[in-house]
Amino acid sequence: MASATIHDHANDHSHDHAHHGPGPWTRIFTTTNHKDIGSMYLWFSLLMFFVGGAMALLIRAELFTPGLQVVQPEVFNSLTTVHALVMIFGAVMPAFVGFANWLIPLQIGAADMAFPRMNNWSFWLMIPATVLLMASFFVPGGAAASGWTLYPPLSTQGGIGVDMTIIAIHILGASSIMGSINIITTILNMRAPGMTLMRMPMFVWTWLITAYLIIAVMPVLAGCITMLLTDRHFGTAFFNAAGGGDPTMFMHIFWFFGHPEVYILILPAFGIMSQIIPTFSRKPLFGYASMVYATASIAILSFIVWGHHMFTVGMPAAGQLFFMYATMLIAVPTGVKIFNWIATMWRGSITFETPMLFAIGFLCMFTLGGFSGLVLSIVPVDITLHNTYYVVAHFHYVLFPGAIWALMAGVYFWLPKWTGRMYNETLGKWHFWLSAISFNVTFFPQHFLGLAGMPRRIPDYALQFAEWNMISTIGAFALGFSQLLFVYNVFSCIRSGEKAKERQWDSADSLEWTHLPSPVPYHTFEMPPDLRGAKAVH
Amino acid sequence: MSATTGGYYFAPPSKWPVVGSTALMFLGAGTVLWMNQIQPYGAALQLIGFAVLIYMLFGWFGNVISESESGLYNKQVDASYRWSMGWFIFSEVMFFAAFFGALYYARVFSVPWLADLDNAFLWEGYAAKWPTLGPYFQQDPALAFQSMGAWGIPALNTALLLASGVTITYAHHALIDNNRNGLIWGLVATIGLGAVFLGFQIYEYVHAYSDLNLKLSSGVFGSTFYLLTGFHGFHVTLGAIMLTVILFRCIKGHFKPDRHFGFEAVAWYWHFVDVVWLGLFIFVYVLV
Repeated sequence: MASATIHDHANDHSHDHAHHGPGPWTRIFTTTNHKDIGSMYLWFSLLMFFVGGAMALLIRAELFTPGLQVVQPEVFNSLTTVHALVMIFGAVMPAFVGFANWLIPLQIGAADMAFPRMNNWSFWLMIPATVLLMASFFVPGGAAASGWTLYPPLSTQGGIGVDMTIIAIHILGASSIMGSINIITTILNMRAPGMTLMRMPMFVWTWLITAYLIIAVMPVLAGCITMLLTDRHFGTAFFNAAGGGDPTMFMHIFWFFGHPEVYILILPAFGIMSQIIPTFSRKPLFGYASMVYATASIAILSFIVWGHHMFTVGMPAAGQLFFMYATMLIAVPTGVKIFNWIATMWRGSITFETPMLFAIGFLCMFTLGGFSGLVLSIVPVDITLHNTYYVVAHFHYVLFPGAIWALMAGVYFWLPKWTGRMYNETLGKWHFWLSAISFNVTFFPQHFLGLAGMPRRIPDYALQFAEWNMISTIGAFALGFSQLLFVYNVFSCIRSGEKAKERQWDSADSLEWTHLPSPVPYHTFEMPPDLRGAKAVH
Repeated sequence: MSATTGGYYFAPPSKWPVVGSTALMFLGAGTVLWMNQIQPYGAALQLIGFAVLIYMLFGWFGNVISESESGLYNKQVDASYRWSMGWFIFSEVMFFAAFFGALYYARVFSVPWLADLDNAFLWEGYAAKWPTLGPYFQQDPALAFQSMGAWGIPALNTALLLASGVTITYAHHALIDNNRNGLIWGLVATIGLGAVFLGFQIYEYVHAYSDLNLKLSSGVFGSTFYLLTGFHGFHVTLGAIMLTVILFRCIKGHFKPDRHFGFEAVAWYWHFVDVVWLGLFIFVYVLV
């Protein structure tokens, strides 16, 4: 009955199983299946991860020695700008949306996302946006060179590339908002009977809260860059003091978006961690309810801390104090989460498969990044460290071993479920250890560089910074090329991995492991499972 | 709450998303070229993009309407639409919040700061009174402008929009009571009030440009005035188009007294536009 309803459609001729009928291109262009769309998101983000990574390596190559050797300063600034935009909007966010697409319907017992067509559009909107963003390198004046934050007056002065960036961000924002509306609606309205809110797996919870953040702040970014666009072309004076405006106003509006955006990049990572750590510790997650409340608290607090990105612009002391204390407050719910993960591992019978290695790596490195964030939240300290490499080190500690390692861990964890095959465990461990070592070689020295006063976003530097920059560049190339192991591992898993079991990880207990075979069939839960009275699944 | 029944309608493969993305590719690239005066390519690409977008909107919404009318949407699908429309309106609220935020920031911080001690040497004698052209622009007498009074057309427009909120509620009750005539005339009245509002708004802009010298480039006052009222007017236009679609559907006999979320969604949107106007009326027009 269920499948009849699903395929019964006014002009339905041929697609009794959509994936067998049309050719591969038609399928990619027209699919409404959450698994197809999830895979498209994941492949796209993997590609963009390497595009952004190539830019990072160009930046590091330029910084290998003092002086200018690889790129011109203008191009260098474009590279730092677009590296960030590509990694944030092209790699990390789409990758998490890919996970959301694959996993949320499976984990709540729904047959698909609430709006399958809009789901496909959310993906396909990223293509025109990416084309505009990448093409901006090849127009007169080059890509935006103002940093990803697009601060005026630099961004009001840039060339046509800035306009292309602005339009690209508008389209990406529309994509994110539609994707988030879809995710929230799916979670609130499509849960199987008995899947109450407080029984949802943590990954679903973190995405519910992330989607709320996206809907709340992406439109603010849209408004912000719209004002930038009218300042550039239509004579408005929002960010022009001559007309009574203020460039600082841009920073306030931008960071009202920007700080929640940081949590948009990390909350789904918390969700993945909260599923992997209990599985390999063979214990239920410690403090599930407090995890939910901590995630929600982090999200709410993220709206009132934006000022810590701009302590040095000349804000009143009362403002600095408020933003400093509010920022420090975030350490409390974050600490709750770290404590709960460690408590989950406490006296567990832990094994160290690749997903768990990445998860433990996440715990250690993300905590370090959190601590350097706490250092930066202290106003007098920030005034000396602002715009130095210390900041670069800080946010790469929370984003690379934070967001990216959570994604890596998640891919290794769910690959057997998605493909029905196992990845190569030895190669996975090599991937982890090479990444862990080279990451720290790359970014740990940047703390020293920042403390010594090296400014960010400058292609040249004084001689005393030479050694650590050289070491950092060597680490960066090792880090970049280590990621090729991951690509090889994924491809060889899909092509020739060993057959995976239905419940590859014996204590994984969300629905995709307990109710569905590996690989997951194209259509799942056409009749929702009845979970009333079942044991809690988290 | 959690009540998946198995009868949920999931859309089959569809070409519309890719058509929509193609439209935005043309529209986006065209807009970039147009803004940089690279003509006629800019306008041509924009035109193509716009045409494809219209084609997509007709096709996609056409699909949704025919699915809805053939009874494929059960209660749970209806609930999905309700959730999503609510969250969409929330995103719109946040979009306007950015511009209201800019207005408050300019009035409370940036303009007064331009006249404080730190800036006394740079902008000598700048009074920082709202409405303002800004300390540098005001040195050019040709830019001097007058602000828009609240109690002429804007007050009338407020009355029009509030009345349209009443007429759409009347139409909704008529729909529930199966009173087709009341429904259709209620909708016609709502659209008419919206159209008159827009006409007044255009008249006001012409008046502002030709008589008051109040332009988009009139410092931060002109910027906030035109972007806030302009985006609001754009939303009224969208709302009026949506209402017109709903009107045609009603004339064709769509919607039932117990199942008419298409109507309700547009009504929600219309009320949202109404509330934004009240904010504009107070903060842009009255409290000058």
